[in-house]
Amino acid sequence: MSVMGPSANPVFTARRFGWVILLAIVLVVLPWVLPPYQTILLSYGLIFAIAALGFNLLLGYTGLLSFGHSAYFGVGAYTVAFLVKYLHTSSMELFLIGGIVASAAISVLFGVICVRYTRIFFAILTLALSQVLWSLALKFYWVSGGTDGLRVPTPSLLGGLVGATKDKVAFLSHTYYFVILVAFAACVGVMWVIVNSPFGKALQAIRDNETRAAFVGIQVRRFRGLAFLISGLFTGLAGTLWAPLNGLVTPDIVYWPFSGRIVFLTVLGGFRTFTGPIIGALVFNYLETYAIAATTYWQFVLGAILVVLVMAMPAGIVGTVGRLGLRLRRAT
Amino acid sequence: MDLFVIQILNSLYYASTLFLIACGLTLIYGVMRIVNLAHGSLYALGAYVTAGVVLALDTIHPAVVFLLLPAGAFAAAAGGALLEPSILRPLYQRAEEYQLLATFGLLLILEDVMRFLWGALPLSPSTPADLLGSSTILASTYPNYNFLVIAVGFVAAAGTWAFVYRTRFGVLVRATSQDMRMASALGVDVKRVYVQAFTLGCFLAGLGGAITVPISGAAMGMGVDALILAFVVVVIGGLGSLEGAFVGAIIVGVIRTLGINFFPEVELAILYLIAAVILLVRPVGLFGRP
Repeated sequence: MSVMGPSANPVFTARRFGWVILLAIVLVVLPWVLPPYQTILLSYGLIFAIAALGFNLLLGYTGLLSFGHSAYFGVGAYTVAFLVKYLHTSSMELFLIGGIVASAAISVLFGVICVRYTRIFFAILTLALSQVLWSLALKFYWVSGGTDGLRVPTPSLLGGLVGATKDKVAFLSHTYYFVILVAFAACVGVMWVIVNSPFGKALQAIRDNETRAAFVGIQVRRFRGLAFLISGLFTGLAGTLWAPLNGLVTPDIVYWPFSGRIVFLTVLGGFRTFTGPIIGALVFNYLETYAIAATTYWQFVLGAILVVLVMAMPAGIVGTVGRLGLRLRRAT
Repeated sequence: MDLFVIQILNSLYYASTLFLIACGLTLIYGVMRIVNLAHGSLYALGAYVTAGVVLALDTIHPAVVFLLLPAGAFAAAAGGALLEPSILRPLYQRAEEYQLLATFGLLLILEDVMRFLWGALPLSPSTPADLLGSSTILASTYPNYNFLVIAVGFVAAAGTWAFVYRTRFGVLVRATSQDMRMASALGVDVKRVYVQAFTLGCFLAGLGGAITVPISGAAMGMGVDALILAFVVVVIGGLGSLEGAFVGAIIVGVIRTLGINFFPEVELAILYLIAAVILLVRPVGLFGRP
């Protein structure tokens, strides 16, 4: 059994299926139960969960630490902003197509360069490349709006059938929440299939022992490149969904601390499990929101949590809870 | 012609600051193989401490402010001496992602500690720079204080080089850097070398902040910005190489000065691209050991 990362259990038991159905029902009903603010907050959490899910394909399953995932999130978001600014469209379908195409293109470009290296060099290379995009977004202010950013209006769905007729909050907390929820469900499903496919198994083999993986005939660099592309696509999609929700796209989301935040929330949940990044993203989202509301020094709170996490709970929330559960079951 | 001289001086000024930050970063990586993401925050700490001290005491006597300048460097060194044993020491045996994350957490903590102590508004203690006045080079005026910064940068470079290559401490540092286990087996107190090297690295970063604060002031986010430029310097020169940090700092200093004058939009992008290209062609950097 692997000790390095998630050893995904492909057995999709009836019990697990039951839990997933229950969770899906809860998520669908929530907008009618929760106040709009809470639904929108949850939407942010789900978007970060998509980004983290993609990020973890590299960290958890392939063993590559990217410190530049802000690049793909940023490309997804800025593509939406550019579509609004230059094509004067607000069609969500166009946003999605544009965001996916653009983040795929940039992931292929960066991926080809980055997968030649591993470990710290991979981390720094991804960081350097993401900062190229950040400095462009910052300096070409007549294109990108500079630090003021670009506004993104409420999108219209299905060619205007469902549009911005209602007020913005109602739209975001109901219609748009379901757009995000459907995307989230699709991403979780696709990622589940990927990590349990022969391709996913090959990635885990590369992570555990690159030399052995190469010896059994796995094309290491090509598989890493593919994982990089998928990872960038997921994070880019998250950025695409985030732009209309946030309504404003600024260079902050391409700056390197944003990449650090994606790493943070993934490790918070536990990068050695499939559900870890999802839980981590949701928990981090609430944590950050309430820390900001509670104190001016919220960064201190998050930093302290991160240091304690690394020191005392390296397996993250899901890993630690799983271990505790295992111990309890053994004890009884 | 005079423009040319001024540009060279500006490049050297940038290079001095960058070298002070990057030198500590590369020293720490060379010795303990840790990329310290909080390193820029120690540079900011040096700037804030000196700014705070100078602003509080600059009315006493003009000469006093110059004696107060190094305060930031010592504060950063003290910070380093505290942080290494408490936060970093437990992590040396762990995977790189944990080390990066812990220092990232440290960065967040330090940013807010500085916000708490000195507030969110920028501090600009310009007294030391004002006192020195400026001199005329050909037809342009140039602040004398910048000469001091350039001098400090070069003295620090020579001093660090002598320290690492000409003292007993330097021998221990290099031995630990080459083979930690062997050095430990031969009786080197590795823990002590680590804390000393880390403290020295933080001292240099703090000095960088302290010496430049009369010109550029202290502001929130300066550490985050500085770290990424120091990264570029270290990547160009080679992770863990002192000579590399020196040459890298000069290269980045010259490109920044050229960039600000001729291609301001892509100045930063070009720096990161150069770093990326160097990583691709020669991942150990210009002076790094493979």
